[in-house]
Amino acid sequence: MSAADFASFSNHAIMFASIVYVLAFVAHITEYAMGRRVPAAAPSFTSADTAAAPTSLLRREARQTRPASAASSESTANTAATAVLPREDAAAGSGAAALAVGSDGPEAVSDTRIEQFGRIGVALTVLGCLLHAAALVTRGLGSDPIRVPWGNMYEFTMAGTLGVSVMYLLLLRRYRLRWMGLLVTAFLVVVLMVDVLVLYEPAGPLVPALHSYWLMIHVTAAIIASGAFAVGAIASVLFLLKQRAIDRGTLSPRGYLARLPELRVLDRVAYRVHAFGFPIWTFAALVAGPIWAEYAWGSYWNWDPKEVWAFITWVVYAAYLHARATAGWKGKLAATIALIGFATLLFNFVGINYFFGGDSMHSYAGK
Amino acid sequence: MSSTTNTEVTAATGPDEPTGAGAAATTPPTPPPAPPALSPVELGRWAWRQLTSMRTALVLLFLLALAAVPGSVIPQSNINAVDVSNWKADHPTLAPIYEKLGLFSVFDSPWFSAIYLLLMISLMGCIVPRLRIYWRNMRARPPRTPRNLSRLPESRTFELDADPADALARTHAVLRRRRYRAELREDSVAGERGYLREAGNLLFHVSVLIVLVGFAYGQLFGYKGGVITVVGQGFSNSLSQYDEFSPGSLFSPGDLPPISLTVKNFHADYLTAGPQAGQPTTFSSKITYTDEPGAPQQHAKLSVNHPLNLHGVNVFLVGHGYAPVVTVKDGKGHIAYKGPVVFLPHNSTFESFGVIKAPDAVPEQLGFEGLFLPTYGFTDARGPFSRFPAALVPVLSLVPYHGDLGMDAGSQNVYELDKTHLKPFASSGPAKLGPTARLKLSPGQTVQLPNGAGSIRFDKVDQWVKLQVSDSPGKDIALIGVLLGILGLLGSLFVRPRRAWARVTRRDGRTVVELAGLDRSSGGGGLADELDELERLVSNHPPAPMQEHK
Ligand code: HEM
Repeated sequence: MSAADFASFSNHAIMFASIVYVLAFVAHITEYAMGRRVPAAAPSFTSADTAAAPTSLLRREARQTRPASAASSESTANTAATAVLPREDAAAGSGAAALAVGSDGPEAVSDTRIEQFGRIGVALTVLGCLLHAAALVTRGLGSDPIRVPWGNMYEFTMAGTLGVSVMYLLLLRRYRLRWMGLLVTAFLVVVLMVDVLVLYEPAGPLVPALHSYWLMIHVTAAIIASGAFAVGAIASVLFLLKQRAIDRGTLSPRGYLARLPELRVLDRVAYRVHAFGFPIWTFAALVAGPIWAEYAWGSYWNWDPKEVWAFITWVVYAAYLHARATAGWKGKLAATIALIGFATLLFNFVGINYFFGGDSMHSYAGK
Repeated sequence: MSSTTNTEVTAATGPDEPTGAGAAATTPPTPPPAPPALSPVELGRWAWRQLTSMRTALVLLFLLALAAVPGSVIPQSNINAVDVSNWKADHPTLAPIYEKLGLFSVFDSPWFSAIYLLLMISLMGCIVPRLRIYWRNMRARPPRTPRNLSRLPESRTFELDADPADALARTHAVLRRRRYRAELREDSVAGERGYLREAGNLLFHVSVLIVLVGFAYGQLFGYKGGVITVVGQGFSNSLSQYDEFSPGSLFSPGDLPPISLTVKNFHADYLTAGPQAGQPTTFSSKITYTDEPGAPQQHAKLSVNHPLNLHGVNVFLVGHGYAPVVTVKDGKGHIAYKGPVVFLPHNSTFESFGVIKAPDAVPEQLGFEGLFLPTYGFTDARGPFSRFPAALVPVLSLVPYHGDLGMDAGSQNVYELDKTHLKPFASSGPAKLGPTARLKLSPGQTVQLPNGAGSIRFDKVDQWVKLQVSDSPGKDIALIGVLLGILGLLGSLFVRPRRAWARVTRRDGRTVVELAGLDRSSGGGGLADELDELERLVSNHPPAPMQEHK
């Protein structure tokens, strides 16, 4: 294939990736909409056991079907049973839905359906992610000479969203993130749409300052960390929204928020994802970046606006980790700091490139 | 005297507070009644506790982030002095205020330094006691077994087909195999693991200090200088040769290594087609250099991202541009100036601005100001402009002046004409081109100035490169610091400090094991799995060897 072939394949692949993400989004919407017919968990499962084993939105829902259909007195017994459930989950992989089928009745059937839609959502996201990755790789191959595919805002956005998608899928199993699918796919669809419609630029070679081994490492690490921070930010937003609804007593049992994991789990997932991203960000911003700068500009730290903001982001996330470790500052305050951190990250990407494009030495800002 | 004061205080306190009046009577009239008077030592201790508290660390971290913001928004003099002076010219009222606040050099300003110094002090104040505690904990025995294990966040109870002593021994062995530091007690086993977490955390915080030391060292002893050298000319590493130079505060000019170099050529490639036409694809420059006077000449090729490193000093190619070579003759036909003149590009098509000064011209000095356009283009709307960065159709478009260049008044900016005593020539061309004369020259072309004031010839186009010479000592320290910091972080964030206890009792002739755990990391979670695993291992553990022999 010639460079031009690769480039047009890339354009097609990103289009298909977007479409598949839309389908994934639709699957998650359906999952959610079907779930609405079943009241979500009352905040009954507050035992440490449940908190210790974060269960997905649907698993919890499946468990709650029985109290919904049976006498309410059963619900306590049911809660006690949760201590055993996660272990079975772990053993049976993700076959949690099977548990719900045990009780007959229309809702039990719809639980399997709900679970199915959730899984379809994830499967489609995986497919979308593969296409997305293919689009990015062929974009690099489609430039003459071949290069890293982050030479301008279009490519950088494509790479950044891939980071979010990959991080979500990578951490999905480990932290049981499926409840996040709806928001993640929505985010991917919207940002990719903006990318393709507004930021598109035909493939071309790189400006010389971007020809560097270390730059590649730097950007890859930055993208991975940003992906993790984005996933963490989603968890933190949901935490804050749910916290607020609970504080105000407006948590509707059939609403979206009620279907999310318990507050503690949201908080912990947010922490873990941020903790995963922070060392990578440290490496990207404070090791690989400076090494590249040393080669490109002759000094490893120049207080260039982009560096300043990368540093600010780093400091804010360090503050987040501190807040998270301080008794009494967990929860709301920590989540707010995490969101400030993410805002600085976004500002660095969007704001600095647009407002200071000319000034910044990071010349991939589309002028 | 004192009694009057007391009554006044009483009156002020009001009738509602009889006890307050009594208290006021015994204390000097210093409102408000301060917290129990602190001795200077106590006050110092209190302040130290405040400074080294986690809350203060958090606030200082936030302040540091906030304080860095203006540095990215307002031009900084150590990064781009030209931007700073433009900004100052554009904002005459704000500029002096900003100047006073140090906003043009945020990162060396007293307030920025104050924040990070406080943070560092806080950090040290935080590390030292934690190191002590860590040292003590490292050697401490695992914690006492709690009385009621089922009260702990996670616990299990199961039966074991073994006698209690054997059950204890098995549990002990399992804990040790799972890398717990375990201790066998009368009827229980206690274990603790994950000491590396705190070690990692301490390492991380110490590394922050190491990085700062490395960074500060570079800032104090390092330097960075920029020099524009026309291709074919040379440069030797001494202060007077630099166009711009920013030394660290402890740098001494004697530290400059005696390098000298000559720029042999410069080459740039640009995209010639497509939507990104004009975007550069490569820059490179060949140079010859000597390490020290008298040393043999060596060759090197500089390109972006490929500096030349000489004795720790880096020479970079950071910019390039055009230097038209001109010959200016005065009214008498004498050569008043001949040579390349550096024009500074101000956009990506390398439309460049520059001035030519001929102070030796008689009877009047001559000056020229204008644009160099590497690929000439013209529209009525835009006037002359450059279409492409390479010198394909080079043109000089100049406005000539005559009078006094004002160069006697000392050093002068070579990129600016001081027009206080200069007058433009009147135009002799069509009125629509304006009242002042403007010259358009292509290479090889000579143009006569009006009134027989002289002539200017555009001989050819040379190029110049901007070299940056820099040395940042201490960068190895900083790098090692960051890498250690990341290592520490990994320990701090991913090692799970855990405690586990087991108590074995005999109930109704059966051996019952109570197993409980505590997770001490910020992340929490996963403890249930750990206990399940422990239970499984204890249940499946082969009986203690002693029994096998029976
Ligand atoms: C330059 C400033 C600092 C930075 C960048 C920084 C960064 C960090 C990071 C990234 C963590 C890891 C958090 C975790 O394990 O979850 C941490 C933990 C910690 N920091 Fe700092 N820190 C700084 C200053 C300080 C200061 C001044 C103190 C003393 C008050 C402090 C006390 C602590 C403590 C006690 C922990 C352990 C928290 C835990 O148990 O998880 N730090 N810090």
